[in-house]
Amino acid sequence: MNRLLAFILIVVLSAGVVAGTSSWIFNDVKLGLDLKGGFEILYEAQPIEPGGTVTKDSLVETAKSLEARANATGVTEPEVTTEGSNRIRVKIAGVTDETKVRDILKKPAELTFRSARGCAADKGYCKVELRGSDFKQNGASVNQTNLNAYEIAIKLKSAKQFAEVTREIAKLSPNNQLAIYLDETQLSAPNVSSEINSNEAVITGNFTRDEATDLKNTINLGALPLKLTEKYTQSVGATLGKLSLQETVWAGVIGTILILLFMMAFYRLPGIIASFCIIVYIWLLLLGFNLIDATLTLPGIAAFILGIGMAVDANIIMAERIKEEMRSGKSILSSQKAGSKHSFRTIIDAHVTTTIAALVLFFIGVGSVKGFAVILLLSIIISVLTNVFFSRLLLTLIIRSGIVKKKSYFGVKESEVRAL
Amino acid sequence: MRFSGFGEVSEGKFDFVKNARYFFIFSIIITVLGVITLGIHGLNYGVDFKAGSNVDIAVKKDLTGQKDAIEQYLKDNDFGSPALTVGANRVTVRFDEVLTDQKEKALKEGFAAKFDKEASAEVNTVDVEIAKELQTNALYAVLVASIGIVIYVSIRFEWRFAIAAIVSLLHDAFIVISLFSIFKLEVNLPFIVAILTIIGYSINDTIVIFDRIRENLRFAKIKTAADVARLVNESIWQTLTRSINTVMTVVVAAACLLIFGSESIKLFSLAILFGLVSGAYSSIFIASQLWLVLKNKQKPKAAVKSPAAS
Repeated sequence: MNRLLAFILIVVLSAGVVAGTSSWIFNDVKLGLDLKGGFEILYEAQPIEPGGTVTKDSLVETAKSLEARANATGVTEPEVTTEGSNRIRVKIAGVTDETKVRDILKKPAELTFRSARGCAADKGYCKVELRGSDFKQNGASVNQTNLNAYEIAIKLKSAKQFAEVTREIAKLSPNNQLAIYLDETQLSAPNVSSEINSNEAVITGNFTRDEATDLKNTINLGALPLKLTEKYTQSVGATLGKLSLQETVWAGVIGTILILLFMMAFYRLPGIIASFCIIVYIWLLLLGFNLIDATLTLPGIAAFILGIGMAVDANIIMAERIKEEMRSGKSILSSQKAGSKHSFRTIIDAHVTTTIAALVLFFIGVGSVKGFAVILLLSIIISVLTNVFFSRLLLTLIIRSGIVKKKSYFGVKESEVRAL
Repeated sequence: MRFSGFGEVSEGKFDFVKNARYFFIFSIIITVLGVITLGIHGLNYGVDFKAGSNVDIAVKKDLTGQKDAIEQYLKDNDFGSPALTVGANRVTVRFDEVLTDQKEKALKEGFAAKFDKEASAEVNTVDVEIAKELQTNALYAVLVASIGIVIYVSIRFEWRFAIAAIVSLLHDAFIVISLFSIFKLEVNLPFIVAILTIIGYSINDTIVIFDRIRENLRFAKIKTAADVARLVNESIWQTLTRSINTVMTVVVAAACLLIFGSESIKLFSLAILFGLVSGAYSSIFIASQLWLVLKNKQKPKAAVKSPAAS
């Protein structure tokens, strides 16, 4: 009786949690641009000046500036990642004026040092004194002073030009700053107290180590800006995306219902338990999605629905095995014990081999292949949890509670059972 | 379907092992046909594998009667004569050259203004270099995955099972590729994902039968090669309901995607569907029989006596 109570409690509890939270979980799933419209661009970066090489730092810096620029256009959550040694992938969902955003992104990042020389009082730093190309390539570095502060050492190409600029700015006190801009964003505005007649200078300030490194990277990037070429683009209209989402989710719902009906009709009691576990599995998978912040794309939905197929397989293997044991004449209890035990190894072997394939896709694949692999891996893990351990727990509880007395509950006819 | 549990396979039941040679021949014929069509037609590469731009426009109006008008519109507006397919609610334009973003915008706006205000487009543009890279990347992934599976199966089972499993999964992948070549279906990046999924399923399907053979081997008293052959046949029969039911459920899922799913994943679902059927076929009719052939080679004397060693 206690076992029956435990069974009912677990079922009611998990059904309650699933029902209560599913609308929240559904709405929280992050949709990819193919499902809600937007565009994806893969850029290849090359130095604008010939002869330079693309360093990891400058690539990351370019990616950051792309993200900042995309954000500035008001789009929501641009996704910018670097790939390999010279590529940047940008994904932006839900854009209204795509061409404008693409134009803004394509421009190389421009580093300028500006002063307030000859500017109206409300115009801030309007005069461009130095450009990125006035700095030596990879000339900037971060130093730690003996006071444990961080400073950035910069190297210029021309000492004469720098002397002239600093002399003029020093006169402007209290507006004697040489402000550093990347595109139109001011990064820092160090004071220039006197003429610096050298091609080397040091920027001090209350920098943390990370801030100093960022600024150094920006200056180095400005000295060698990267040109971006579009190598792959995908752009999806918002209406088309929504249509794809509706159609595919609809297909998934029909497919799932058909599978669950089949399971219940063919496997009876274990089929009903399997169906329940599959619903919990879908719920957990979506939850896992939100937790790892994965983006659901069309191939992702496909992986998802096929993942359900694999989850069903785990249940079928166990149910089939239990039926087999019953036909050989064992009691319901010992059939369930032996069936679960024997099927476990088979299911694990099958899952591990699929995991190997999924891991390879994850590490080797790019773009949508990688996304597909993530969903496949997640679904394998959750499938083992729900369709092996959870469904076994439920089946064990209900069988041991003693209310299951007929083998026909398992889809086994008495005539098929042989004497032991 | 009734099957015999742990007992003997009753008389009159189909013998999967004795008839193995017909399935081998059948598969070899299909494979050869695939090699021939691949040699002649190659694959119909979509934009992901061949540089250019693909524009997919979902329309609310039925434009099937206006194909000529669309063609004329494209010609008049400096878009050349790209391949054009006009369906009931979808217009696809395939350019062999890469569309610049200005042209892309002009096309989208121009089309919407002239034909359907509610048109919504998907544009894919790929550079040749990236396209080639994707292909080699995918091929490499299949190779690495196969090696990984061989190692795992060799450790858990034995190397003969690994060889048989790999042959049958490559068989499945190849059949799908051949079918796409025969029917000239378009191959894009999701196709690669489909092939990789098929490989995952095929191995999943096969492993379950191998597992049963291994289990039965543990308790069986094997004297002759005929005993092994009988054991393989029994193992296939014992797992048959599961093999069929599992593939049926996944086929239902894939068929739903194909019928009700969005246009963009139709070909993906079709590839999966082909692969599932082939995967079920190869795991029931090819894989274990192949293992048996390898196993019999181990004891050449016994193999002579075996009627199944074809």
